Amino acid sequence: MTDYKNLKLIASSSPHIRSVENTRSIMLDVIIAMLPALFWAIYNFGFKALLSVVVSVVACLFWEWLYRKLLKKPQSIGDLSAVVTGVLLAFVCPPELPWWALVIGAFFSIVVVKQLYGGIGCNFLNPALAGRAILLASYATAMTTWTLPSSKKELADVISTATPLQIMKEGTVEKFTELTTNYSVADMFIGRVGGSLGEVSALALLLGGAWLLIRKVISWHTPVAFIGTVAILTLISAPAGIDNVQYMLYNVFGGGLMLGAIFMATDYATSPVTKPGQLIFGIGCGLITCFIRRFGSYPEGVCYSILIMNCTTWLLDKYIRPTIYGAVKKEKKEAAK
Amino acid sequence: MAQAFFGGVHPNDMKAATNEKAIEKLEAPAEVVIPMSMHIGAPCKPIVAVGDKVKIGQRIGEPGGFVSAPIHASVSGTVKAVEPRPYSMGGTMMSVVIENDFQDTVSEDVKPAADPENLTGEQLVEIVKNAGIVGQGGATFPTHVKISSALGKVDYVIINAAECEPYITGDHRTCLERPDQVIKGATVLAKCFGLDKVYIGIEANKQNAADVLNEKIRELNAPVVVEVLHTRYPQGAEKQLVQAVSGRQVPSGKLPADAGCCIFNLNTTCAIYRAVYEGMPVVSKIVTVSGSGVIEPKNIECPIGTPISKLFDACGGLKEDTYKLIMGGPMMGLAQYSVDVSVGKGTGAMLAFAGDEEKYEENPQCIRCGKCVGVCPIRLEPVFMYKYLMKGDVDTWQNVLHGMDCIECGACTYTCPARLPLTHAFRLGKQQVNNARMAAKAKAEAEKAAAEKKEA
Repeated sequence: MTDYKNLKLIASSSPHIRSVENTRSIMLDVIIAMLPALFWAIYNFGFKALLSVVVSVVACLFWEWLYRKLLKKPQSIGDLSAVVTGVLLAFVCPPELPWWALVIGAFFSIVVVKQLYGGIGCNFLNPALAGRAILLASYATAMTTWTLPSSKKELADVISTATPLQIMKEGTVEKFTELTTNYSVADMFIGRVGGSLGEVSALALLLGGAWLLIRKVISWHTPVAFIGTVAILTLISAPAGIDNVQYMLYNVFGGGLMLGAIFMATDYATSPVTKPGQLIFGIGCGLITCFIRRFGSYPEGVCYSILIMNCTTWLLDKYIRPTIYGAVKKEKKEAAK
Repeated sequence: MAQAFFGGVHPNDMKAATNEKAIEKLEAPAEVVIPMSMHIGAPCKPIVAVGDKVKIGQRIGEPGGFVSAPIHASVSGTVKAVEPRPYSMGGTMMSVVIENDFQDTVSEDVKPAADPENLTGEQLVEIVKNAGIVGQGGATFPTHVKISSALGKVDYVIINAAECEPYITGDHRTCLERPDQVIKGATVLAKCFGLDKVYIGIEANKQNAADVLNEKIRELNAPVVVEVLHTRYPQGAEKQLVQAVSGRQVPSGKLPADAGCCIFNLNTTCAIYRAVYEGMPVVSKIVTVSGSGVIEPKNIECPIGTPISKLFDACGGLKEDTYKLIMGGPMMGLAQYSVDVSVGKGTGAMLAFAGDEEKYEENPQCIRCGKCVGVCPIRLEPVFMYKYLMKGDVDTWQNVLHGMDCIECGACTYTCPARLPLTHAFRLGKQQVNNARMAAKAKAEAEKAAAEKKEA
């Protein structure tokens, strides 16, 4: 019979089983979800797109490793969150951005935004977007120089360096007609347009979003609230003479909305933890995006809208708490006193 | 399907290992070690001495207070020792060790109720009290206290057959093999509470048991309704079962009776049946022995006080790389540090885990994913509760985040991808609050005593 005396027993507190899911597996799911957009970027912008992503990922891993090494903290690159930040940072930058700019952006994302606040889960701004914001402020020209996608080379002499949102920004009927003749709605949806490396294909990003939903990495609340708000606002606010449905579709599929709504606004560390909080967060992102696109000096507002809403996350978490099971109403409690 | 409760998780139920295996009677152990506390409340005082002859069902432990339950001999034989022995709740506990004479002589005190069909509530309380029945799902709250505090106040009596913890199949097998005990026990409860029906809540993964029970209900024309519930942990937690069956919520800090509900574990219901119809107190227990460390998992009926090593022996022993023994289910059970502890009234399972299954994280870092908030059946926010506790802010934890409402079901810890020790932290938080309350009470009493002294 078994020698019970020689068993080495652990006597820990319950529960004794845990779900197989861990931080690493979640990050791996996010990376898998970004693959369709990455493949499209390589097809659309050429091999240099892959190079950008690799540089950005390696830089993020390096900064995280170095910071934690210098400060004698336990290494954390194994959780793959730096890889996610690296891919996203490359995704929100133009494909032509010099490699050293990505390294600087990675430093800001990983060291300043993430690690100085305590590492994973402690940052209050989305690292990749904050990295993009600092690059935009520092290298405005490089950050707004767009290459034509290989899928639209026939337009080479028509428009060389403008994204659909930049064209729409003019707000005139002529410009919008020029846009719709050069780029069909299908072009916008599939991603045969210029723009940031990973943002152009709504289709690829939606595929990734579907993966994240199936794997329960994200919930539908933030993306639906975000995209829905932009859709409704642009539908009712199309400039005179422009078909409002078309205007809405170009706004929804153009720019970084899909990338932002699916991959950035759903970032765990920088968005509310409750579902109602996430809905408000998404609606706020949508509103600010529309305001910046329509009235701001930039053609695109997704990046800043998310960064601004990131700053309200603590507030949403503090004031939007779930009503607990069996909550005793305050009046009753006071009356009892 | 009935209404649902908030949150919840879906761990792999692991019940296939034993849910088709009939309950086996354990070959009687040569000795049993019966701890004098197998319930919440005051421990019992042993009323037998070394050398005494005892019979099955004979009282050997006298209740130590109102919230307490007597303890009976589970085998016939001679008292070999009355001494502290290793205890499943940790440390040691005064225990009565009985050497089995294998005669199975039953005590003269064991006789059925005179008129089991027409008991009053008060008579039932008396029978349950004398039979030493406690909440046998694991909480082990004395059942007579529960009944007497709920009589006349409740309109929902619910039999808890949810058995939502993974691995455990004792209740499932009981429903399949002894449906008459379940239904007759439930009928007794219906009569005593003066209700025209009682509910049996059972998870959908035990549909065959629900069918057997329904068959029995038709046959006996019993005032019992079977509610098939979603398979989701913690469906069998008292507050969650109240919500799922009645749609009500137990007010924070109150008991189910305050929501007009009274819950009995299935096993407790069968114990009530045996006490009423056979006069037999709680002397045996059905235990599911399972887990990756057990060679041949089984459902075993054994005398109370059976050392757990005997259970494992009956299942072919343990694997060499067994690293954890759990009394109860994997979500809320207690890890044991010794195989010398014995089966108590609340022991529904003995699990052994082997190999490399322990998922432990050296430096857990919260990633704020909020999954814990989504699964909490009380709708708490474990993510913030943990952070405030780690900062030492017990006040915010208690008053703003309602930490004391945590039922310690472990759903948040189970689901946490960062592998934070959430439930454990909340247990410590509760302890801090309770310690502070006790200290405040002691201080107030000391001041009062001092003031009285002054006046005198």
